[in-house]
Amino acid sequence: MTPLPGIGTRQDFVIRSGRRVGVITYRDGKFELIVSKDDDPDACSASIPLTPDEASTLAGLLGAPHLVAQLGRQHRDVTGVDTQQIPVVPGSAFDGRTLGDTALRTRTGSSVVAVVRAGTVHPSPRPEFTFAGGDVVVVVGTSDGLAAATDILASG
Amino acid sequence: MHDTTISLIELGAVFFGLGLLGRLAWRIGISPIPLYLIGGLTFGHGGLVPLGGIDAFTELASEIGVVLLLLLLGLEYSANELVTGLRRSWMAGVVDIVLNAAPGAIAGLLLGWGPVGALAMAGVTYISSSGIIAKVLGDLGRLGNRETPVVLAVLVFEDLAMAVYLPILTALLAGMTFLGGLTAVGISLAAITVVLVIALKFGRYVSAVVDSPDPEVFLLKVLGAALLVAGVASQLQVSAAVGAFLLGIAISGSTAENATRMLEPLRDLFAAVFFVVFGLNTDPSAIPPVLGIAVALAVITTLTKVATGWWAARRQGIAPLGRARAGAALVARGEFSIVIAGLTVASGAVDGQLAALATAYVLLMAVLGPVAARVVEPLAKAVRRRRPAAA
Repeated sequence: MTPLPGIGTRQDFVIRSGRRVGVITYRDGKFELIVSKDDDPDACSASIPLTPDEASTLAGLLGAPHLVAQLGRQHRDVTGVDTQQIPVVPGSAFDGRTLGDTALRTRTGSSVVAVVRAGTVHPSPRPEFTFAGGDVVVVVGTSDGLAAATDILASG
Repeated sequence: MHDTTISLIELGAVFFGLGLLGRLAWRIGISPIPLYLIGGLTFGHGGLVPLGGIDAFTELASEIGVVLLLLLLGLEYSANELVTGLRRSWMAGVVDIVLNAAPGAIAGLLLGWGPVGALAMAGVTYISSSGIIAKVLGDLGRLGNRETPVVLAVLVFEDLAMAVYLPILTALLAGMTFLGGLTAVGISLAAITVVLVIALKFGRYVSAVVDSPDPEVFLLKVLGAALLVAGVASQLQVSAAVGAFLLGIAISGSTAENATRMLEPLRDLFAAVFFVVFGLNTDPSAIPPVLGIAVALAVITTLTKVATGWWAARRQGIAPLGRARAGAALVARGEFSIVIAGLTVASGAVDGQLAALATAYVLLMAVLGPVAARVVEPLAKAVRRRRPAAA
C-alpha cells in the first residue's frame, strides 16, 4: 500500500504480463481503477473513476466466478443443473428489496445459494436478505429456470 | 443605506466577474489564480472601474482567505502522513530548498532588497502550488503513476518547510532583532512539535472539540477555531497563517474530511478575494520594468524544479520518462508565493517592487506549470526518439 498524502492510498501489483493493476482509494470513499501503460510501467494508460456501488459490482463480478466454478464442480454429477451469477443493477427492480420479494424459487424453481457483495460471499441468504445495487446473486437451477431468474432480477 | 447599495453592487460585480474568469480558466486548462490577479490589476490603480467602499470588507476577507488557504492545507495532511513523509523524503526536500530558493534569494540580493527581501523572494520561488499540482495530476490521470508519491512527498515537505519559514519571515519583516527572530522561530518550532505530538496521540480529542453532527454548528466551530488560533498566533508573532496550518494538522480523521468538504467553497471564495486584493494593491505600471527579471526567474526555476523532481524520482528507481513527468509536475507556483509576497508587502519593510515581481512571476508560473506538466511527455518522447543512444 502506497500512501498518497492529501489524496488517499494506492494499492497495486504487477500481473504476469508485466503490467501494473491496482486501485486508488480516495479519502472520500471513491475508487479509481488503474492499469499501467504497456511501454511505461510507471505511467497509467487508464484510470477509471468508480463510485463505491460500481466498485462493489466489479468486486462481485471478479469474485463470483470463482464461487460459481466451485459450485459447478460440486454439481457436475447432477445432470441438468447449472449455476449462474446474476448482477443486481443499481437502481433496478430489486435494489433495496428482499430475496423473499423476488419469489424466485416459487416462480422459477431455481434457488439462490449465495450473494457476493463487495467481494464478500454471503452464503445461503435468508428470505429477509435485502439486495443492494452491485450485488451478484449466485443461482442454481435448470437452464430454463436460470433464464427466468435473470429476467426477474433484471426487470421485476 | 445608499452606500450599502453601492457596496453590494460592487461586491456582486466582483464575485460574478471572478466566477466568469474561473470558468474561462478551467476551460482553457489553467489555474484561475493568474486571471484573478489580472482582474485585480485592471481594477486597481487607474483601472476601468474604481472600486470604493468595499475596501474594509475585502481587506478582512483577504486575511480570512490566507487563513483558510493554510487551514485547508493542514487539513489535507494527517500528522502521520507528515511524519512519514518527512522521514522518507527529507533529502529530496533539502535538494528542493537549495535548488529553488537560491534563484529567488540571489535575485532579491541583486535587486538590492537586502537580506529580508532575499528571504521573501527565496520563498516565492521555492514553494510549489500544491493546489494547482493536485488538480493537474488528477486531471491528467496521473494519480496512479509511480512517480506521483514522489511529487506528493516533495509537496508535503514544502508545506512543513512553510510552517518554519513563515514565522521567521514574519519576525524579520516586523523588524525584529536577530534574537527576537530566534525567539519567534523557537516558539513556532515548539508549537509545531507540540501540535504534531498532540495530533498523533490525542488528535481525536481536538477533533471532538470542533466536531458536531449538525453542519451549521460544525461550520461555525471550525471557522471560529481557525480565526481564533490564527489571531492568537499572530499576537505571538508566529503568523496567523501558521496557526491555521497547525490547527488543520491537529484536526484529523473524518472530522478533517467533513471540515474540508465544508470549508472548500469558503476557501475558494475568500482566497479569490485575496488574489484580487493583492492585484489591486499592485501597481500595474511597476510590472514592465521587472518583467525581464520575472521571465529569467521563471526560466531558471522551471529548470531547477524539473531537476528536483528528476532527482527525487530517480532515487525511487523511476524510469527517465517518469522522472521528467515528476519534474514538470512540480513547476507550478501559485497561491503560497502570493501569500509570501502579500505578507512582505503589507509589512512595508521591503521595496514595493517585490509585489510587482512576485505578481509577474506567479502569472508566468501558474500558467507555465500546468502546460509543462502536459507537454513534458510528448516532449521527452520526441527527445528520446531523436537521441536513442542517449536514452
